[in-house]
Amino acid sequence: MSHTTSGQAPRQAQLRSPLGRVRGMGSAKSGAHHWWMQRVTSIALLPLTIWFVLSLATNAGMTHGEVLLWIGSPLNAVLLLALIGLTFHHTASGLQVIIEDYANSEWVKIASILAVKAVCWLLGIAAALAVLRIAV
Amino acid sequence: MSTMQDSREATMVGRRSDGTLIRRPLSPHLQVYDMLQMTSALSISHRITGVAWVAGVLVMTWWLVAAAAGPSAFDAVQWFLGSFLGILLLMGVTAAAWFHTLAGIRHLAWDAGWGYDIPTVYKTGRAVLIGTAVLTALTWLMLLISW
Repeated sequence: MSHTTSGQAPRQAQLRSPLGRVRGMGSAKSGAHHWWMQRVTSIALLPLTIWFVLSLATNAGMTHGEVLLWIGSPLNAVLLLALIGLTFHHTASGLQVIIEDYANSEWVKIASILAVKAVCWLLGIAAALAVLRIAV
Repeated sequence: MSTMQDSREATMVGRRSDGTLIRRPLSPHLQVYDMLQMTSALSISHRITGVAWVAGVLVMTWWLVAAAAGPSAFDAVQWFLGSFLGILLLMGVTAAAWFHTLAGIRHLAWDAGWGYDIPTVYKTGRAVLIGTAVLTALTWLMLLISW
């Protein structure tokens, strides 16, 4: 804020408070964290998803026993757990943005986002537990 | 209102707070866009394919949980994935996933500040579409060979 000269109203160059600018969190209250995590998970999912799809596409005829051996190998189990966690994180945050864009009422918005997060957490835990039961 | 003679009229249809129509300028929104142009069509397709991929995530979860549950549960999921509906679903998810992946790479390039000029936007847009077709076909070629 500049000092007033005689007869002029005080002129404020910045509407944001200095503390707000230093924190850099904006109106979302969490800064760019959600946006950034969407990018980070997408970069991590790029090689993981291609590995998963190619592994299954080139082994389409696996029997149940062969599938258990494949999931249970330490390398595959680790990559699968990473794939599951990142996939459900990316899915939940992507669906959250879509709901925030299109839901008109605040209650519908909050309820839908919570429902999406609940389903993603539960399915993610179920998928991870399946891998762990086979691998451990 | 009679037939519009000028497309700019589309941004002049406002409403008063009581709902009655009034002629006044509005911010341009969906009414001014030609939805068949590649830029907006690929943009909304990125969202739609992201949502469609959820079907693939559900199948992956079912497949993993069934593998852990035992042979009969695993046979059920394998039977579904080999059925007409299952193959149709997997083919759709494969195409949606490749599109979302390639369009996602395009988004990451934009995030890095690259490729914003219109000729490049159209070039990368065409690359995403062609890449989706090629990679979807290649994925299924590999799958059919190993089946």
